[in-house]
Amino acid sequence: MQIFLDYLWVFLIGGLVCAIGELLIITTNITSARILVTFVLVGVFLEAVGLFDYISDFAKAGINVPIVGFGASLAKGAIGAVKTHGFLGIFTGGLTATAGGIAAAIGFAFLFALIFKSHTKK
Amino acid sequence: MEDMKRNEAYNKYVSAKIPKTRPWPSLFNSFWVGGVICLIGQGINDIYLLIFPNLSQQTGWSLTLITLIFIAAFLTGIGVYDQIGKFAGGGSIVPITGFSNSITSPSIEFKSEGIIYGICVKMFTIAGPVIVFGVASSMVVGLIYWIISLF
Repeated sequence: MQIFLDYLWVFLIGGLVCAIGELLIITTNITSARILVTFVLVGVFLEAVGLFDYISDFAKAGINVPIVGFGASLAKGAIGAVKTHGFLGIFTGGLTATAGGIAAAIGFAFLFALIFKSHTKK
Repeated sequence: MEDMKRNEAYNKYVSAKIPKTRPWPSLFNSFWVGGVICLIGQGINDIYLLIFPNLSQQTGWSLTLITLIFIAAFLTGIGVYDQIGKFAGGGSIVPITGFSNSITSPSIEFKSEGIIYGICVKMFTIAGPVIVFGVASSMVVGLIYWIISLF
């Protein structure tokens, strides 16, 4: 029963975050690059003020899978690295925490770009 | 005067040609497709935690996101993700899979311009700003915490 409730929250929160993105697209004709930048900044802000962990506790993948989670781990990495390494952490924290995702995105994109051909857009 | 009239006519023409998205169906589609992508992410995360019970929460999420990024890059390669994107709009852009798609899609599209100037340069047309703003704002947050920690 608990797992059903958990998955329901994941679906509802995740869907809501994406619907907010779509609402921004419809109302302001904003480009997808700006959508992504906006949501990353929201994630950085939520983590910086300490709200992200509360949302993440019940929303789980609903907030971690949207790009908001990427922003939050950037900020979380920076804060954590400042706590352990001091001043140097300002520079190393953000990218260290998100290195896996960024490397995967770049690496797989490069691999599949070499393998696949462009599908002509209709 | 002549210019203004022409601009007005042009703007009218453009707004008539822009495909109209009806707001309610597109909001609904973004909602459920985005929700399902998050559900898949939760499922992958739970499976990883089941196989490797010693994973920390953060490592678990990293593995989950990398898996989703891989799936999205592959679906972009075979041309499926763009179909989902046409249908779901924000539902396919906002999740991390949309970030992966935004890197893979231009890489494949500009492959014909060569590996360096095609794939490697065009790869960051959308991801570039995301990484720049993300890293810069995380440095601001780190700087603020460092200043606070001095007192």
